[in-house]
Amino acid sequence: MALRMWASSTANALRISVASKARLSPYSFSRCFSAVIDGLKYATSHEWVKHEGSVATIGITDHAQDHLGEVVFVDLPEVGTSATQGKSFGAVESVKATSDINSPISGEIVEVNSKLSESPGAINSSPYEEGWMIKVKPSNPSELESLLGPKEYTKFCEEEDAAH
Amino acid sequence: MTMLRQATKVGLPFMNLVRFKGLPILEQLHLEEKLLRTSSDNWCIVNDGTNAPAIVMGISGKPSELIEIGPVLRDHVPVIKRFSGGGTVIVDSGTIFVTLICNKDVVPGVQPYPRSIMSWSGLLYSEVFQGIDGFQLRENDYVFGDHKFGGNAQSIIKSRWIHHTSFLWDYDSRNMAYLKLPARAPKYRSARNHAEFVCRMKEYMPRSIFIERTMKALESHFSVKPVNLDAVVGSHSSGYVHSTRLLSKHELKDAVTTLLESRALSG
Repeated sequence: MALRMWASSTANALRISVASKARLSPYSFSRCFSAVIDGLKYATSHEWVKHEGSVATIGITDHAQDHLGEVVFVDLPEVGTSATQGKSFGAVESVKATSDINSPISGEIVEVNSKLSESPGAINSSPYEEGWMIKVKPSNPSELESLLGPKEYTKFCEEEDAAH
Repeated sequence: MTMLRQATKVGLPFMNLVRFKGLPILEQLHLEEKLLRTSSDNWCIVNDGTNAPAIVMGISGKPSELIEIGPVLRDHVPVIKRFSGGGTVIVDSGTIFVTLICNKDVVPGVQPYPRSIMSWSGLLYSEVFQGIDGFQLRENDYVFGDHKFGGNAQSIIKSRWIHHTSFLWDYDSRNMAYLKLPARAPKYRSARNHAEFVCRMKEYMPRSIFIERTMKALESHFSVKPVNLDAVVGSHSSGYVHSTRLLSKHELKDAVTTLLESRALSG
């Protein structure tokens, strides 16, 4: 409980939220807290999107990277291809598994984080900054309204982990 | 007894069972990838040996780092890059393949993440190998003691996952010479070469008993239903583009050239 209170007050100071686990199932290996950043929107498949002007940056959340384990390979699309909301645009490899990454919004892919080919671990160490994956020119900005805000996403993560 | 068996199956999710013997591994992987991405059913695929030796790498595998390309080209060994993660294996008629494809919420308590899935599969196979000393899931490998006999890999999509395993019931030691010692290896391997690292499952369990016990373990989690092979191939055959593929000789030769060039530059 003390650790949770410390984490919560630290999070408030840093303007981030934390999601905590209600209980662990026999098959759950996550640590108790995942960072959720204010100002971003979130998909229930655990990707985040930061909309700034005409470009939206996309990556996976701290919750996702924590559950996936050490990322050793990232498969990203080519610039100029399109992303579709809810559909896969690439994959990461961790712990002998490939895991699809799904786009929270639709649009043209205008930039890809090429540094991830040499440093896939940036997804683990900095999921919201150095670990960004693609930048998209949104084709339908209203799709952002269907995504979760930080508090809703935090609650979603807690409920999802508690259900397992 | 029949009524009791039916009653205990009530409430268990269905799983389609498809059994092959000697199916080429490329065809098996194509079928698996298609079923993962286009079906909404749960599946178990058992292939009792593949028809010819082949090397199978994971999605991120680099031939120059993982295989002895010269002998592979000389001996015309097929090299396949599969859609799932994990390492490199050489498979043949002595390999038994067991694949599970599941919807994400079908097993209570299992989340669609690698360690959660593997933890559950480790328990499933513990039922299969009950009574055999030393069986465990060790750093993501199936082992007897510190010898690996089963390699597994997974692919996870939005609402489904696949966990597929190649069990070394038997193998030809000469084939292991095609594989290099991988840079990324579990700690318990302790830099042992392939001959010292792996073991043969036939020294622990007869082939038919393994398959029978695997089916029995599955039946405690699923209502298993054998499915007609032709129906499986026919209904899922059109239009799908696989990512699993056979590497060309040209690609393998290019890999050698690139490796030699990079050594010359750094040397």
